[in-house]
Amino acid sequence: MAQYLILIYESEEAYLGATPEVRQDISAAHTRFAEQIPTLGATMLGGNALQPTATATSVRVDIVTDGPFVETKEALGGYYLIEATDLDQALAVAKLCPARFGGVEVRPIWDLAAG
Amino acid sequence: MNNQFDDASRAVADAHEREWAFVLAATVRVADDIDLAEECVQDAYVAALDAWRRNGVPHNPAAWLTTTARNRALDTHRRNAVLRRKLPQLVDPTGDAAPDVVRIEDNIDSIEDDRLRLVFTCCHPAIGREAQVALTLRLICGLSTAEIAQAFLVPEPTMAARVTRAKKKISAAKIPYRVPESAELPDRLDAVLTVVHLLFTTGHTSPAGAQLVRSDLVIRATSLARMLHALMPDEREVCGLLGLILLTDARRDTRVEPDGRLLLLEEQDRSRWNRELITEGSALVVQALSGGVAGRFAIQAAIAAVHAEAPSYAETDWLQLLGLYDTLLGIWPSPVVALNRCVAVLMVYGPAIALAQVDQLDASGKLAGYRYLPATRADLLRRLDRFADAATAYRQAITLTDNEAERDFLFRRLAEVSP
Repeated sequence: MAQYLILIYESEEAYLGATPEVRQDISAAHTRFAEQIPTLGATMLGGNALQPTATATSVRVDIVTDGPFVETKEALGGYYLIEATDLDQALAVAKLCPARFGGVEVRPIWDLAAG
Repeated sequence: MNNQFDDASRAVADAHEREWAFVLAATVRVADDIDLAEECVQDAYVAALDAWRRNGVPHNPAAWLTTTARNRALDTHRRNAVLRRKLPQLVDPTGDAAPDVVRIEDNIDSIEDDRLRLVFTCCHPAIGREAQVALTLRLICGLSTAEIAQAFLVPEPTMAARVTRAKKKISAAKIPYRVPESAELPDRLDAVLTVVHLLFTTGHTSPAGAQLVRSDLVIRATSLARMLHALMPDEREVCGLLGLILLTDARRDTRVEPDGRLLLLEEQDRSRWNRELITEGSALVVQALSGGVAGRFAIQAAIAAVHAEAPSYAETDWLQLLGLYDTLLGIWPSPVVALNRCVAVLMVYGPAIALAQVDQLDASGKLAGYRYLPATRADLLRRLDRFADAATAYRQAITLTDNEAERDFLFRRLAEVSP
C-alpha cells in the first residue's frame, strides 16, 4: 500500500461566505466521502479542515512572516500534523523542519466543532 | 457637586490616555480573548464616568477600572458556562467553571502589570508590520479604528479589516499572550521597537498631507517608548530608541516656519531646541552605548546626539558622524542608512565623492521609489553647479513626494536651479 495526501483547493471566499445550509451540505458530503473510501478498498488515516490562509504563518530560513507560503516555483511536497501549546511552540517546531529548497507554512487546524 | 462632575470627566479622560494599556492588558488575562477584553474595558470606562460622578474619583483609578472590566469578563464567562450547561448538546462540555468575581476592595493594589505581554502579542512576527502598528495603536494606545485610519491616511474600512484580521489570527493561530524568553527576546524586542520607531517617523515627517509633523503620532510614539523604558529599564536598545526619539523631537518647533515652510537642519534656530529633551536623550545614549556591542537604535541615537550637541551645522563633528554611520552599516546594512551616510560623506569629503556613492546606491535599485534618493542627488548636483541635472532630479523627487511642506521646499529649490 502507498500513502497519499489529498489536498483540497477551494475558494476561501466562497467557503467563508456560504450559508449554514450549504455548510451542512458540505459537511454531509465529507461524511459520505469518508464512508465510501473503504468500499473502494482504501483506508483514511486522517484529515482536517484548515483555518483560512489569513491565519497562516510562513517560515523561511528562520524568518517568520505573516501569510501563507506563496512561491509558484515551489510545490507542496509533504506535511506533518503536529500538536503544540501555541503558535510560538509550533513555529519552533517549524524552524526545525527540514525544507532546504524552500520553506514551510504553519496553518492552524480548524476545530469546526468549536466554530 | 458640579466640581465633582468635572473632576470625574477629567479623571476618566486622563485614565483613558494613561491607563488604557494597563487596564486592557490585565483584563485580557482574565477574558482570554482580546475582543471580549476590549468590550469589557470600554464598558468599565463608561461605568466609571457614572460611578465617579456619584461617589468621587477612587484613589487608584487604574485598579478600579481593571477590577470592573475583569468582573465583566468573568460575568460573561459565567453566563456562557450556564449556557453550556443548559445546551450541552450544542457545545463542547469540557469548559472550566468560571472563577468567582474579583472583589474590588481585595484587589486594589495587587494587579500585575501585563502591558509587556500585550505589546509582544501586538508585535508578534506572525502578524504583518502594518497590522502590528495598527494593533499597537488600538490595544496599547486605545485609539479607535477611525483615528488609526486617519493617522495612516487609509480608508476606515481598510483599517477595520486589517485590525479584525489580525485579531482573528491571534485567536485562531493561538498567538501566545506572554513576554518572550531571553533567547528570543532580542529579535522579538527589535520588532516592538521597530513598530514604535515607525510610528515616530510617520509623525516626525508625515508621508502625506499639509503638515510636516503629525504631533499626535509623535506624542503617542514618545509615550510608548517611555512606557517600554519604564517596564524594561535595563534593555539598552529600549534606552537607545527613547534617546533617539527625544533627541530628534527636541528639534520639532524649529523644523518649520510659522507659515509651514520647511527648514533644513542647517537653517534651524538651535537656541530653540528643547534642552531638557536633549539632556535626557543624551543620558540615555550613554546608557545605550555602554557594555557590549551597541544595537542599531543606540547608534542612531548617538548620531542624533552628535547633531543635538553641535553648536552649529558647520561645527558639527562630521568625522565622528561618518564613523557612527560606518558602525551602523556594519550591524544594520540598510540602503536608507547608506543614503543618510552620504550627507556625512559630503561634509567630510565634498559633493563629488558623495554623489558617486549616491549614484552607486541608485544603480543598485534598492531605493527605487524612495523620495530622499533623488532629493539627495539633486542637492549634490546643485552644489556641483550641475543645474540642469539637479533640476531633473528635483522633478523626480517632487513626483515621489506627497507631503506638501516637502514639496514646497523641493519646488523652491527647483526654481533656484532653473534658468
